[in-house]
Amino acid sequence: MSISKYETVIGLEVHVELHTNSKIFCGCKTSFGASPNSNTCPICLGHPGVLPVLNHRAVEYAMKAAMALNCTIATESKFDRKNYFYPDSPKAYQISQYDKPIGENGWIDIEVNGETKRIGVTRLHLEEDAGKLTHVDGGYASLVDFNRVGTPLLEIVSEPDLRSAEEAKAYLEKLKAIMQYCDVSDVKMEQGSLRCDANISLRPYEQKEFGIRAELKNMNSFRGVQRGIEYEEIRQADILDDGGVVVQETRRWDDSQGKTFSMRGKEEAHDYRYFPDPDLVSVFISDEWKARVKASIPELPEARKARYAAEYDLPSYDADVITSSISLADFFEESLKYTKDAKAVSNWIMGDLLAHLNASNLELSDVKVTGQGLGEMIGLIEKGTISNKIAKTVFKEMIESGKAPQVIVEEKGLVQISDEGAIKAIVDKVVDANPQSVEDFRAGKDKAIGFLVGQVMKESRGKANPALVNQLLADRLKG
Amino acid sequence: MSISVKDVEHVAKLARLSLTDEEKEQFTGQLNAILKYAEKLNELDTDNVQPTTHVLQIHNVMREDENRPSLPIEKVLRNAPDEEDDQIRVPAVLE
Repeated sequence: MSISKYETVIGLEVHVELHTNSKIFCGCKTSFGASPNSNTCPICLGHPGVLPVLNHRAVEYAMKAAMALNCTIATESKFDRKNYFYPDSPKAYQISQYDKPIGENGWIDIEVNGETKRIGVTRLHLEEDAGKLTHVDGGYASLVDFNRVGTPLLEIVSEPDLRSAEEAKAYLEKLKAIMQYCDVSDVKMEQGSLRCDANISLRPYEQKEFGIRAELKNMNSFRGVQRGIEYEEIRQADILDDGGVVVQETRRWDDSQGKTFSMRGKEEAHDYRYFPDPDLVSVFISDEWKARVKASIPELPEARKARYAAEYDLPSYDADVITSSISLADFFEESLKYTKDAKAVSNWIMGDLLAHLNASNLELSDVKVTGQGLGEMIGLIEKGTISNKIAKTVFKEMIESGKAPQVIVEEKGLVQISDEGAIKAIVDKVVDANPQSVEDFRAGKDKAIGFLVGQVMKESRGKANPALVNQLLADRLKG
Repeated sequence: MSISVKDVEHVAKLARLSLTDEEKEQFTGQLNAILKYAEKLNELDTDNVQPTTHVLQIHNVMREDENRPSLPIEKVLRNAPDEEDDQIRVPAVLE
């Protein structure tokens, strides 16, 4: 396999569930995890004679998202029926948008290997989600839950501008962050409120035309997207190396096997016979309406990143990690109300905090520590009340209990000992107890002082001010 | 434009209809007759007429994002041909 001969071309089709209260065309709830078919009504079940009525907020969310992706917003938008038979769709058509989507011609800037790249967004349209199918063990039947039918969904189609699995992942992460900042979706891949299909093809580097593509489905995590694309790159390169032709088809990513499989049957003529939905009238979007929605868009990740660099002199990498999630970014800014040391805040977030969240697979909202807590804790370090080492213990406790750092320090008696007399007493005790180390040090073995410092810290249960310990120990040994 | 038997077979397949050869011939004839009748519209000059998808000149009909009661589960399942665990049971769908 010689994957280096080929350039990978990827376009992503992303679906984002909007977190409105009600469905796009009826008043049923959109909540995740409700008991099967409990959030359904004659409209979303597609009973004859019912009339769908468009959810105003869903349109505004779609406009907001489209604007945040730098799209041109339609002046007139309309809904069409996409016809297909599948048990997840009770009407045998999906209400979607064909020729007049809410937004077109946008872009997202991504950063890969320190370079910024602009990825085109072809279109963003509004549609209704389908139901959920569960395949019964033994394969004798499938069960249908229609709760998800009619949940408002954005479909966001990228240009084939992505050139690697890494770029695809960066695009998806940036898209997720933008949707989260706009507060239009929960964007949780594991709950299906963010879903991603990928069109992927290879071509020899000197070739201008795109190669034949496969469409990849069922990648349910960021990692899955990356692995699926990487697998497909190798599969297609193998075919091309053998002088073969890639079949244009839909393939399903199997995460546990780490492979893609052809989904025959999905090939059945993509003939959706779109036509305008006669039950729904056009939506005209006035300039005033656009302006009103535009004003509701908060500062987006890119802008925050630039501001962090300018205001706090934060390294680009730090700023990228912190702005990748609005909750982290807000936490960071909250901390800075209580300390001026932005780099210290960033280090605690990127170090202890993210390490804890990642290790336990938690979100920031799952733990109790607050931005104020972190800021105040850094203040205690600055004042010399606690050492960096003690701070780690305090921070761990804050994550678990959410208590204020001052309270934790008092309750656990963690105040740093900066009293010269007290430290001197411990130094004397340690020096007397370890004559061999003292002799070693005097004989020129500098390492021996490290051992003695360690003993003093141990004796003080980590609370002695390390700078003072070093100084007093050096004084004593010289004397 | 005229419809061939192949077109009828394609549309029948999309609509999950199984037709006999006789029916295919019959529908090809009928569909062509319908299209021919609709072709009369081509006699009109529509150069200065906006395309329309509705006879009513209304737009922006929307509702507030508010919840309304859903159906009780017994009513949801009343039209289901088969059920299991409050879900609608259908022939196995293989991916």
